[in-house]
Amino acid sequence: MSADQLTARMHAIWANLPGWGQLAAVNHTSIGKRFMVTGAVFFVIGGVLAMLLRTQLALPMQTIIDADAYNQLFTMHGTVMMFLFAIPILEGLALYMIPKLIGARDLVFPRISSLGYYSYLFGGIILMSSLFLGVAPDSGWFMYTPLSSAEFSPGPGSDFWLLGITFVEISAMAAGVELTVSILKSRAPGMTLTKMPIFCWYILAMALMIVFGFPPLILASILLELERAVGMPFFAVAGGGDPILWQHLFWLFGHPEVYIIFLPAAAVISTVIPVFAGRPIIGYRWLVLAIILTAFISFGLWVHHMFTVGIPQLAQAFFSIASMMVAIPTAIQVFVWVATLWHGRVTYNLPMLWVFGFLMVFVCGGLTGVMLALVPFNWQVHDTHFVVAHLHYVLIGGMLYPLIAGIYYWLPHFSGRMPSLRMGLWGFWLTFIGMNATFLLMHLTGLLGMPRRIFTYSGDMGWSWLNLLSSVGGFVMAFGLGLVILDIILHFRFGEKAKPNPWQADTLEWATGTPPTPYNFASIPDIDTRHPLWEKPELMTSIPAGEHRLATIEHGRREILGTSAITGKLQAIYHLPTNSYLPLLAALSLAVVCIGLLIRVYPMALVGLLVAAFFLFRWSWENGSHPAMAPPTPDEDPSLPLHSRTTDGPGRWGMIVTLMADGALYLALIFGWLYLWTVSPEWQMPGESLLSVPVLLVSGVLVTVATLLFHRLTAALNQGQAHGLQMKLWLVTFVGFVHLALLITALVQAPLAITESAHDAVLFFVVIYLLFHSLLVTVVTALQALRVKYGYVSARYPYEPNVVRPLWSYTLGIYWCSVATFIFLPMVWGA
Amino acid sequence: MLKRLANSLVVASSLFLTACSGPMSTLDPAGPSARMVSGLWWGMFVVGTLVLVGVVWLWWHAMQRDGQSTADEQLQEKQNRWVIWGGIALPTAAITVLLAFGIPAGHRMLPWPAGNVMEVHVEARQWYWQVHYPEHDIELLNEIYIPVNTPIDFHLTSQDVIHSFWVPRLGGKLDMIPGRTNVLRLEADAPGTYQGQCAEFCGRAHAFMKFEVIALSAEDFAAWQQEHEEEPKDER
Repeated sequence: MSADQLTARMHAIWANLPGWGQLAAVNHTSIGKRFMVTGAVFFVIGGVLAMLLRTQLALPMQTIIDADAYNQLFTMHGTVMMFLFAIPILEGLALYMIPKLIGARDLVFPRISSLGYYSYLFGGIILMSSLFLGVAPDSGWFMYTPLSSAEFSPGPGSDFWLLGITFVEISAMAAGVELTVSILKSRAPGMTLTKMPIFCWYILAMALMIVFGFPPLILASILLELERAVGMPFFAVAGGGDPILWQHLFWLFGHPEVYIIFLPAAAVISTVIPVFAGRPIIGYRWLVLAIILTAFISFGLWVHHMFTVGIPQLAQAFFSIASMMVAIPTAIQVFVWVATLWHGRVTYNLPMLWVFGFLMVFVCGGLTGVMLALVPFNWQVHDTHFVVAHLHYVLIGGMLYPLIAGIYYWLPHFSGRMPSLRMGLWGFWLTFIGMNATFLLMHLTGLLGMPRRIFTYSGDMGWSWLNLLSSVGGFVMAFGLGLVILDIILHFRFGEKAKPNPWQADTLEWATGTPPTPYNFASIPDIDTRHPLWEKPELMTSIPAGEHRLATIEHGRREILGTSAITGKLQAIYHLPTNSYLPLLAALSLAVVCIGLLIRVYPMALVGLLVAAFFLFRWSWENGSHPAMAPPTPDEDPSLPLHSRTTDGPGRWGMIVTLMADGALYLALIFGWLYLWTVSPEWQMPGESLLSVPVLLVSGVLVTVATLLFHRLTAALNQGQAHGLQMKLWLVTFVGFVHLALLITALVQAPLAITESAHDAVLFFVVIYLLFHSLLVTVVTALQALRVKYGYVSARYPYEPNVVRPLWSYTLGIYWCSVATFIFLPMVWGA
Repeated sequence: MLKRLANSLVVASSLFLTACSGPMSTLDPAGPSARMVSGLWWGMFVVGTLVLVGVVWLWWHAMQRDGQSTADEQLQEKQNRWVIWGGIALPTAAITVLLAFGIPAGHRMLPWPAGNVMEVHVEARQWYWQVHYPEHDIELLNEIYIPVNTPIDFHLTSQDVIHSFWVPRLGGKLDMIPGRTNVLRLEADAPGTYQGQCAEFCGRAHAFMKFEVIALSAEDFAAWQQEHEEEPKDER
């Protein structure tokens, strides 16, 4: 096949469907771009909200916007910027870039990319609709209870926040899981972890932080929504709950989240600087160390948002020191960047200007961050405009500037056209000057005592001139950012055509074409260097010419290479799903669930849930050797098998990473339990177990038996013995259902007063959590039995039981762990 | 010439001081806690500015110079030097110094047992402050009378949502949380009126949830106390 024929055929297999078929797209380039464009739209909305806030604050005692509207506006400004702009747009960039940097044609779970995007879009729309209905959430973007609870926020505002954001978080979790697995399992052969572009290290850390950082917030949101809708008193003192638990769970997510935003932005900086310094980054290993340190430390800082809560002194000192320690990995990165510039020769252009702006603004924000970590100083300036100034320096400096630098840097990649310098310069300087005018002065406003989140102030406080200047600065900045956006839009029409690899960069994404082909690489090269395009510039032509691996396409499958996690050794071919409407349909059903819960029409939510479950199971059905995925073909090479013919593959890794996230949620639940038990002022523990212990024990024995049976049948299958496989699976299913029935019996018989006692409410929630897992794994096992019947699972296709196996182990683990922690521990320690 | 310079310096510094004063300015302290924090701030401000200017200068210079001449084999050693001095030693030293000042300062602000401490109970509600003097059975609304130069332990709690008790010129804030009581110690140096305001967002009238702390000399305070104790209770 000639190179032209190859690319034409590749295109036919990998392209999105035309017209409305675009809705079925699963390709990471398309999904990544959709994330970024949608994120930009939300950025503009969030920016308009900010301008309204600054208008109201420009002069003292103004009445342009009243308190109710102002409270909605600042809540939505924070929520939109954090959840609908910063995280999704960076996820979008990561989804777009990662396969191109590691030599893959797509992410390993393309349908998950699509589901993530639609969840984000629908969740965002649902949340925004509250603003237009005039019932937006108004308790601040961190939704402190009891202000956000039903008693003090009776309207639907908080529900919009809790449900909408949880919906949006599906997209973050999806991105976290699939980026982790893609980076670990689908790099080009030979690309060991230490040969990865540094960008990938940052994204790997970000993805893992999402996996562990988001579940506490998801749990907290579910608990608060249950409190609001059903009256389960998790955060209400009167029933034995504690409002401070919300703060712990929120910031347990909220602080890592800051680094989830910062790390990908720093990834852009670490990618752009070496290219324009004309020298590899100096201190790659130091950067990797700094990234890992940042990720770890960031999970130990959350209490620094709560220094004024009245936490014990020793804990305050610990979290104060930990918060300052995070300055060390950040300083390591700053000095690695300085060193690279120092020993290189810098080319000046638009991305570098934004990088320089990043440095000034971010270092300033970092320094005030260290100040805020000092507890006595924090007691003074916490919840004042000093904090508002600090967080905008960190987020604008640490996220927006690098993002714009990255967008300018990759513009030729997105569009095939170069950015223009003139308008870009105006955009930068107006943004830079306006931003500093707004927020540098705001530090002083805070020191002069202006609390945050007040909709107006009297003229005799000495804050008037500062606020006026901040408002003027805000509008200058908005104008600057408007120019940047306009510049980017116009460039698609008027930009000069880009040459291949216009910046002389070192990384593989520039070998995917400008703009890229839907399959990125017509053939996949072996990579044994961090700087492939610097050391082997011939890759620019040999890849599209089909001179490397996987240059056959007659089978009609979307294929990428599967490699080992650390060494990058070639292991298998991963076949990927093609365009599919299932993610859209599943997300639409979930949107119905979300709206049903919002308007409290629970039958509607239930129907939505069942329909969503149907689509998701249908999705799982079209896998493996199913005709819609990878039916057997004569050309299969046993030395490099398709992953569904093996016992390991991306699905198994995806299952394990998902269970890590699930485990993080479960740990947060145990934390909440122990926290309420030991700290909550009016907690009450009954003297004996409310659930029948014998029934629980029998149910536990059954889930143990089911898990052991499943492990044995999988082990036998992996040995090639599929005798009686279907019967064995049906048997496991049966045992699973009996276990479920007993657990339900225990729950129904228990005299739980879930609306009066936080203890009972938590217990109820735990059992529901266990039931969900037991039900899921049992149904999945039943489906496996059916798939044996259809021939999709057999000795030749032993893959899927290996994917399900960790789910059984997890179900077993949480069952006994829960019985021990929630039933036996109170019996031993007493009430 | 020198004199003119000196004059303008005086004008500039007085302008600066005016800019730092204000009824709720943390930079215009009127009590020991606020004064300690203000001192910490100015120290951190100076050091922070120096670090910022230093790093930006270094970065700017690094962008200007042509460093391609450095041979690749020397880079390993140079990179370690950059990271160890700039990335590890600098922040570690800064943090150590900061904590050496900060931890003792924070420690001194805590409500340790002491001889002449007075107790005042404050309960917050949407959107007002109920003040109670347990030793004298006096109740007030949105104003707190205290004697100067006496440490006051404010026992803080809330009856509805979370509020935060803050008198910036006297010291830091502390949250008022339903179901618990937090203790904040403040002290005023001189007689005067000090403004306070709720610092934790608490709903619609958060912006107007203010109060005043009126510090009186010992004699005036005694007189005020006597006068209030004599008031018949049911008229309040």
